[in-house]
Amino acid sequence: MVVNTIHWFRKGLRLHDNPSLKDSIQGSDTLRCIYILDPWFAGSSNVGINRWRFLLHCLEDLDASLRKLNSRLFVIRGQPTDVFPRLFKEWQINRLSYEYDSEPFGKERDAAIQKLANEAGVEVTVRISHTLYNLDKIIELNGNQPPLTYKRFQAVINRMDAVEMPAETITSEVLKNCVTPISEDHDEKFGVPSLEELGFETEGLTTAVWPGGETEALMRLERHLERKAWVANFERPRMNANSLLASPTGLSPYLRFGCLSCRLFYFKLTDLYRKVKKNHTPPLSLYGQLLWREFFYTTATNNPCFDKMDGNPICVQIPWDRNPEALAKWAEGRTGFPWIDAIMTQLRQEGWIHHLARHGVACFLTRGDLWISWEEGMKVFEELLLDADWSVNAGSWMWLSCSSFFQQFFHCYCPVGFGRRTDPNGDYIRRYLPILRGFPAKYIYDPWNAPDEVQKAAKCIIGVHYPKPMVNHAEASRINIERMKQIYQQLSCYRGLGMDVKWWRVPDINLVGPRCETGRGSQSARVSGVFIVKPGPTLSCEFLRSDLPLLPLGLYLGLPTI
Amino acid sequence: MKRGLQGNEQEDGGGTSGGCQKTLKRSRKQRREKDLEDEEVRWECLPQEILLHVFQYLPLLDRAFASQVCRGWNEAFHMPELWRCFEFELNQPASSYLKATHPDLIKQIIKRHSDHLQYVSFKVDSSRESAEAACDILSQLVNCSLKTLGLISTARPSFMEMPKSHFISALTVVFVNSKSLSSLKIDDTPVDDPSLKVLVANNSDTLKLLKMSSCPHVSPAGILCVADQCHGLRELALNYHLLSDELLIALSSEKHVHLEHLRIDVVSENPGQQFHTIKKSSWDAMKRHSPKFNLVMYFYLYEDEFGPFFRDEIPVTHLYFGRSVSKDVLGRVGLNCPRLVELVVCANGLRPLDEELIRIAQRCTQLSAIGLGECEVSCSAFVEFVKMCGDRLTQLSIMEEVLVPDHRYGLDDIHWE
Repeated sequence: MVVNTIHWFRKGLRLHDNPSLKDSIQGSDTLRCIYILDPWFAGSSNVGINRWRFLLHCLEDLDASLRKLNSRLFVIRGQPTDVFPRLFKEWQINRLSYEYDSEPFGKERDAAIQKLANEAGVEVTVRISHTLYNLDKIIELNGNQPPLTYKRFQAVINRMDAVEMPAETITSEVLKNCVTPISEDHDEKFGVPSLEELGFETEGLTTAVWPGGETEALMRLERHLERKAWVANFERPRMNANSLLASPTGLSPYLRFGCLSCRLFYFKLTDLYRKVKKNHTPPLSLYGQLLWREFFYTTATNNPCFDKMDGNPICVQIPWDRNPEALAKWAEGRTGFPWIDAIMTQLRQEGWIHHLARHGVACFLTRGDLWISWEEGMKVFEELLLDADWSVNAGSWMWLSCSSFFQQFFHCYCPVGFGRRTDPNGDYIRRYLPILRGFPAKYIYDPWNAPDEVQKAAKCIIGVHYPKPMVNHAEASRINIERMKQIYQQLSCYRGLGMDVKWWRVPDINLVGPRCETGRGSQSARVSGVFIVKPGPTLSCEFLRSDLPLLPLGLYLGLPTI
Repeated sequence: MKRGLQGNEQEDGGGTSGGCQKTLKRSRKQRREKDLEDEEVRWECLPQEILLHVFQYLPLLDRAFASQVCRGWNEAFHMPELWRCFEFELNQPASSYLKATHPDLIKQIIKRHSDHLQYVSFKVDSSRESAEAACDILSQLVNCSLKTLGLISTARPSFMEMPKSHFISALTVVFVNSKSLSSLKIDDTPVDDPSLKVLVANNSDTLKLLKMSSCPHVSPAGILCVADQCHGLRELALNYHLLSDELLIALSSEKHVHLEHLRIDVVSENPGQQFHTIKKSSWDAMKRHSPKFNLVMYFYLYEDEFGPFFRDEIPVTHLYFGRSVSKDVLGRVGLNCPRLVELVVCANGLRPLDEELIRIAQRCTQLSAIGLGECEVSCSAFVEFVKMCGDRLTQLSIMEEVLVPDHRYGLDDIHWE
């Protein structure tokens, strides 16, 4: 019997460490690697030009690599549920393979395709290779719940079996006698489209700062490891002015699209560490970035409401403000705070910003200054940020807005001070906001405080050529910290996840409020009951929350800066 | 119906084999029907006190559903005990994602339950309409004798955007009618001195808690009036500009109960603002009168505005620095805050806070919680700090970026230590 195979690329846009592809090639007579251009790209149609361009680069790179193996990539437009029955018939397919997608939307889509495949008598091969581990196992090991703190997550990881080795790269040896039937009009029918064909205006578009594709990814990996080896230091690099700029060794977009295998990265890091540190066991912190990614994937996989506040059991219900005008100013870099505006400009132009820059703008939008919902910020990042996929983006936004994951909210990034400490000279501002070039370092972060002469000399009058600051940061952050405290105070009548919340003001409730639900249930924070202000017992902590599970020294680990 | 039950028992509980046989003879279907009857009987019999107890556990919506079941349960739903507490949520769809309390429910409460209400709070979003709606409701609570009132802005302070007179008149209604207010939370509102006088005139015997941070229309004299008359005041929250030596002395007078909690917000509107000083003797008087009181201070100042602060010993227990604070000031904190229990520093400069942190560990022997944001501390100093006060720390939150590896310790070593 002739075995005709389709391999379906979604993420995992690579030929190295692609076990589902490799396994399905075994015994196949024909192979066709397809990519379906689904109008609902990654669950939303909210995708900016940089992300499309990156994807197209990836597809072109795949096509080029496949060409070297006498194969081609088939790009097919449409929805999977329509496309597959047609292809099964047309190409007489009896085998289908794809990389496992852990996201709820992905699982639903794949279940539908599995059903179609079963009906058509098509064997389906699915392998895990987008994450280091089998996420369901992590959840199982944690008592059938995803760990909600990074610390707990690390503890579970330590008990897991070792990460599986990356699968062998697809080469002509691997392919052996497996062929790809290519028609004359392949480029017309199945070629990778251009940005113009997708309807984008490309005039004036600068070269991509982040070129997509597996080839680029592997090159960057080598450079990344070289640099680490040369520095002989695996500690997290201190943040400085240079860190803000796109790095030629940056890997996050490539991990997101799957041009780079996380397992390959993991093993290469481990090998390098062992070599440089003479066979010491690498600490978990070495894999910081990879494990964070894994953490968010794990928390999200069984929660279809992960990207919303309403109906999301792990998200605190915070009374965010609806303010489209303010949101637009933030999204378009017109807040009047050069630090914020420069970051949002870099994001829009290039598609990547440093992690601490993300903290800064996310804090500003949500709990710091504007008190706007993190869901809005998440949507903007989804559009503009190359490495933002559903799980990691939503998880990060909930984290940064203190809506989940037990985040301390006492600290708020100052939109003036933070930038000033990072890049005292202000070069970053001048690079992305040329209108402010004329300001001296002393005033470039708060140009509204510059005397008139300075503004005139800089040929930039605040309020005319560059907006005035849209909020008074001190006032806004003071109010917002108070709001956060209010919310968490009300949560004190809710024993979440088996931990006693010793907040400083436990209201004396005359009538029992709503029942405290054990386990999830930030819904119970949305009490239909009462917040009674009565003199109560004084407890020790006013600002810091006592419900956080702490390390023995209580180090609060932030998100990685790589 | 009770009799019916007894009758059954007599029949069944005969104990003799004859009785048992009689039961057995009844068909299964008949027995089931009888059981059902018995169950119906029991539910209707449920005394009001038990219903009340059960209803107290139900969220409002479920209670409302239950009230539709039958007349008896509907009566229970409207029992005064269930309407002592209520939180009105006032949101507009244009400015909030959350749902508001249904207007019909609000009407019902005002109509049927306004004299039952004792503990009331209003949560409003950032729109003016919500604040005005809250005041409209307040104005109608003429029959209430409130013990607790909370006006809570959940986003931007919308009470400040409505006409001041509308707000004051609504608040005055409550002050005049309640006469037994114990807790009052009116932060971020346009409350003024005259309305505080009305509050005092009617509730001086009962007032225990007053939170009025960021009420710009109140003057030091206004709050002094409260301190002078309300001798039961145990908790007070206000802004620094209202704090005076006279106020502290008044709170320490013999007639006054022990103060438990004093929160002060020190906020700078514009760079270069001047702040007055409080005499050490005033703080000493407070300490003598209320030795256990918590003094909580929030600082939102520019770095160069800290001049008047921490020059003398001050009995502060919880300190929060919301903006950048200099090494110098933190050094003074170490010297002058022996009662310090909790310290949070959001930001500092680029030089390590090693000495300052060590000094705080040495001299603030009550310190049990510390949080450090954008600061720098060398790993060695951090280790020493933890060694010195680790056994009394219940909370230690320090952003990882804060720690600077030095020749003795790297970040990984810290984890081990």
